[in-house]
Amino acid sequence: MKRARGGRETQSIILVGVVTFLIVLLGMLTKGRLLGLDSLQSIAFQLPLLGILTLAQMTPMLTGGIDLSIIATANLCGVIAAIGMTRSGLPIGVAVILGLALALLFAILKGFLIAWVSVPAIIATLGLMIFIRGVSLVLTRGYVIAGFPGSFLFLGNGTLFGIPMPFVVFFLCALFLYLLLTRTRFGTYVYLLGSNPTATLFAGVNNAAVLFKTYLLSSFLAGIAGLVMISRFNAAQADYGESYLLLTVLACVLGGIDPGGGFGRLPGVVVSIIVLQVVATGFNLLGLSSHLASALWGLILLGVIAINRMIGEGEA
Amino acid sequence: MLGRIAGRTEVYLAGVLIVLSVVLFILNPKFLTAENLFDVLRNNSFLGIVALGELVVLVSGGIDVSFTAIATVAQYVMGVIITKYMVESVFFAFLIPIPIGIALGAFNAFLVNRTRVHPVIITISNLNVFYGLLMVVSKGRWIYGFPGPFRDFARLKVLTLISEKGVDYGLSIFTVAWFFIAFATWVVLRYLPIGRKVYALGGNSEAARRAGFDIFRIQLFVYCYIGFLSGIAGFVHAALNQMIQPNAIVGRELDVLAAAILGGASVFGGAGSPLGVVLGVLFIAFIKNGLILMKASAYWHQVIMGLIIVLAATLSAYQQSLERKRRRWV
Repeated sequence: MKRARGGRETQSIILVGVVTFLIVLLGMLTKGRLLGLDSLQSIAFQLPLLGILTLAQMTPMLTGGIDLSIIATANLCGVIAAIGMTRSGLPIGVAVILGLALALLFAILKGFLIAWVSVPAIIATLGLMIFIRGVSLVLTRGYVIAGFPGSFLFLGNGTLFGIPMPFVVFFLCALFLYLLLTRTRFGTYVYLLGSNPTATLFAGVNNAAVLFKTYLLSSFLAGIAGLVMISRFNAAQADYGESYLLLTVLACVLGGIDPGGGFGRLPGVVVSIIVLQVVATGFNLLGLSSHLASALWGLILLGVIAINRMIGEGEA
Repeated sequence: MLGRIAGRTEVYLAGVLIVLSVVLFILNPKFLTAENLFDVLRNNSFLGIVALGELVVLVSGGIDVSFTAIATVAQYVMGVIITKYMVESVFFAFLIPIPIGIALGAFNAFLVNRTRVHPVIITISNLNVFYGLLMVVSKGRWIYGFPGPFRDFARLKVLTLISEKGVDYGLSIFTVAWFFIAFATWVVLRYLPIGRKVYALGGNSEAARRAGFDIFRIQLFVYCYIGFLSGIAGFVHAALNQMIQPNAIVGRELDVLAAAILGGASVFGGAGSPLGVVLGVLFIAFIKNGLILMKASAYWHQVIMGLIIVLAATLSAYQQSLERKRRRWV
């Protein structure tokens, strides 16, 4: 199953080729509007949301797991922070910390179930996704909570030296995760655990602790995504952005993360996030239906998997 | 003999179901009326049928989350044909969704086998492809106004009783279909060679491969089987609701998965039985029905459902770890 490094390089080249073709095609179809200043600006505002959520999905996938609860976690964090800021009148900082704290509280349960009880990640996060969404629904009664203090809105709508704030947050998250995965012992363990858990266990690595931290990390990043999301929309709800779930998995696989775990690097994922967002904006400019877009995402994902497979067979 | 029976998920689940029924009965005596129970059985026949398909996939060590899209596509095509040509024969209408389901299932099997990528990713992709394309083509239009025989068929009952208010109720034909399919699935899994191969593949895929089993044929069987049942379930869903909304079924994948896992199907493959899955569906159905009878706010449903899934998964993981420990000491 393991693929050689050469295969990965070929895959990246093919990916870049497909991407360039798509962007040029969409650029021509939109008569250049896609790469105009306006749409670049809007891409820079929209991309971070999908981006941070994808970063949240990436580490679990590197360990060979998956986290289906990231969107629910993001919404819960957003809802708690929103309630804190509006109804309870807490200072922004306190509300934000409260939101992140609750996200982490559920993450502890999630990590415990996966790491120590050995519940398959897909089932544990599926149950928690429904549960966490339920908690947000109970808290909001299904309504939208809107109208946040102006200084909080800066997080989603302001600019820092001309760069949109959400993009700055995304950049910081990506940098943080990159350093964590490449420069720390934890990062090395994540990759090793993903490719061969038995080997790491016999090498004296505490597998459960690594898994536990992985899922804490994913909930933390999801919480940050939730804060950016409510600030951007100036509203919080229990079930925003659920269509992002598949997209995060797609972005990871497209970016070279092996769904079996152990392989894939962050820069590849960032490239694939940019590609997905540019294509989505292109669709938007062309006025195509969102259902067509989701069908295309599915086809693109299957296409990339098929290409990977063909390269793998070519080498074997 | 008693020891063999006592250790099984089905027995626990049946016990839990009985306790749950008593509790719900105490909270609201309406729960245990024949009228309410027949209603629950009828309304959950769609869920019950697809859950049996999911069971077969899970036993083989795979997973399928695209069946909701398959059922939707199958029933939509049927709806378009029978309303356009005013097909009077219910049997003919019944035959339309089945080959569609099988064909889409075969597509899943082909991709799962050739790419060797986890079936969850393949079927999530296909869920989007099937459903997205259907929405584009159908523009999300609802279909209603089915031919007369189709309407009458949905009211067919195997057993009819008249309530005090003069309303007739009874055992719906769809409930009977659900139980019949459960029985047929049991026979297939337990007594047919292909059924034994499904367990073998899920129990240890490497061993199955080395024993010379044609893995692709087994995968083709399981994904076509859930496609086949999705086709039937699509028909049942359309008949129960007397209309077809393209967005009515998609989104319920996780309910079905939860029912199958609650019923003792393992996501690692190799374990699970049709009886357990029927009980799992009933468990979820009873809880939902109980919440409605107690007039609990709909927002609580998800909290409770989520908790149940987490609990069931935890128990099953715990059971497996005990099993592993026992094996180590033997």
